[in-house]
Amino acid sequence: AAALKANPSPFSPDEALTPEKDVTNYNNFYEFGTDKGDPAANSGSFKPTPWSIKVDGMVASPREFGIEELMAFPLEERIYRMRCVEAWSMVIPWIGFPLAKLLDKVEPLGSAKYVAFETVLRPDQMPGQAGFFQPLQWPYVEGLRLDEARHPLTILALGLYGKTLQNQNGAPVRLVVPWKYGFKGIKSIVKITLTDKQPPTTWNISAPTEYGFYANVNPAVDHPRWSQATENRIGEGGFFGGSRRKTLPFNGYGEEVASLYAGMDLKANF
Amino acid sequence: MTVIPAIPALPRKYHGASVWALYAVGFIPAVFGFYLGATGQLPGDAIKEFEHLLGLWALRYLVATLSITPLRDLFGINWLRYRRALGLLAFWYVVMHFATYMILDKYLDFPTIVADIARRPFITIGMAGFIMLIPLALTSNNWSIRRLGSRWNRLHKLAYVIAAAGAVHFAMSVKVVGPQQLIYIGMVMVLLLWRPLRPRFNQWRRAQIGRPSFERAR
Repeated sequence: AAALKANPSPFSPDEALTPEKDVTNYNNFYEFGTDKGDPAANSGSFKPTPWSIKVDGMVASPREFGIEELMAFPLEERIYRMRCVEAWSMVIPWIGFPLAKLLDKVEPLGSAKYVAFETVLRPDQMPGQAGFFQPLQWPYVEGLRLDEARHPLTILALGLYGKTLQNQNGAPVRLVVPWKYGFKGIKSIVKITLTDKQPPTTWNISAPTEYGFYANVNPAVDHPRWSQATENRIGEGGFFGGSRRKTLPFNGYGEEVASLYAGMDLKANF
Repeated sequence: MTVIPAIPALPRKYHGASVWALYAVGFIPAVFGFYLGATGQLPGDAIKEFEHLLGLWALRYLVATLSITPLRDLFGINWLRYRRALGLLAFWYVVMHFATYMILDKYLDFPTIVADIARRPFITIGMAGFIMLIPLALTSNNWSIRRLGSRWNRLHKLAYVIAAAGAVHFAMSVKVVGPQQLIYIGMVMVLLLWRPLRPRFNQWRRAQIGRPSFERAR
């Protein structure tokens, strides 16, 4: 990972950062294996350069963005809480830029209502995508409503801890939506498509009763197999660090994003 | 006449000591895992990692317990003397697994724990396995075997249900059932299926070679 410069941003909570070794060694990235240590261990042969993202669908000017163009957006450091659907959390200093700035460049049509994302498919470089056992359908796909995608908190991240992303964190470019469970933050993106239909999402296809399209962090809606009321903050000193804390609605970003869901039943749209 | 070569037998005078050695070695994963977790050396979610480590070893000891009989039937390896230790190790690992869940994971928040056990099928199944293990652990002594006679054998057939519950609990606990869960389910299935096949196999082998060779090897 190379050094990456960024400007500070106002989106920075007064919370201790999760140690870099935990952020880069405790990952869910099933393309490299299902254990938390697999992504760091098995992503060595993945090639994050050259890279480009194709942006198409309901846009006036579809085009591709090379990684150099993405790096040329004004980059900010955004310190966000990250709440995994498995009831653990981290605080991560991302480097990136608002997705809205990229969407502006392709001029979404008035008919576009959703944004669909797709991860790269490279079975030769991603061992989880190859072989007899495939934990999920590939490529990994995710989606947001257009207003969620345009929200100022939603970023495309190119780095963390002052460096470009490591392969296990979704190099070279990934989505970060801090008020949603971590699995919405699709990694190693190659395609972004504007559409008028709610796009399919990988975990929803895999287990529709457990993972919804919205996947907003919500302590009042349990996962069928575990409670979402509390979370364990990673990297706070082993067993006795007192690291279990209450989970906040929208992961603590309710003031900024709750209005997006005004009038919606968030229990039905989990 | 086929003679199955007997593996070198441990001299009888070491039998007792070897059982105690098994207990000592058997607790190493828990002790080492606890040390790593307490000193902040388990990666990521240390409590969950430790909880899963204990659960996995409990399942391993259950599988090992159920393997003793087929090992003897098929290969003439008589490790019956280790079966009680393996079963009790499984029991103590389940106790530690549940204690970790209750104390370290849930901070003794009993309403949540009770709700978990009642409402979440994989936890209900795991808990049922734990409860069934308790009478088996309590009767894992010579006095109970003498006292209960043939009822002891019937009671300890619960081990089959417990192992199945353990494997299902493991498979249902993960987000995606992968090779590791399938391997444990497969092992438990094979070990359980062996039980109804066993009398016929032993009869067939007696007809082939007179008596099982290991009986003569003693």
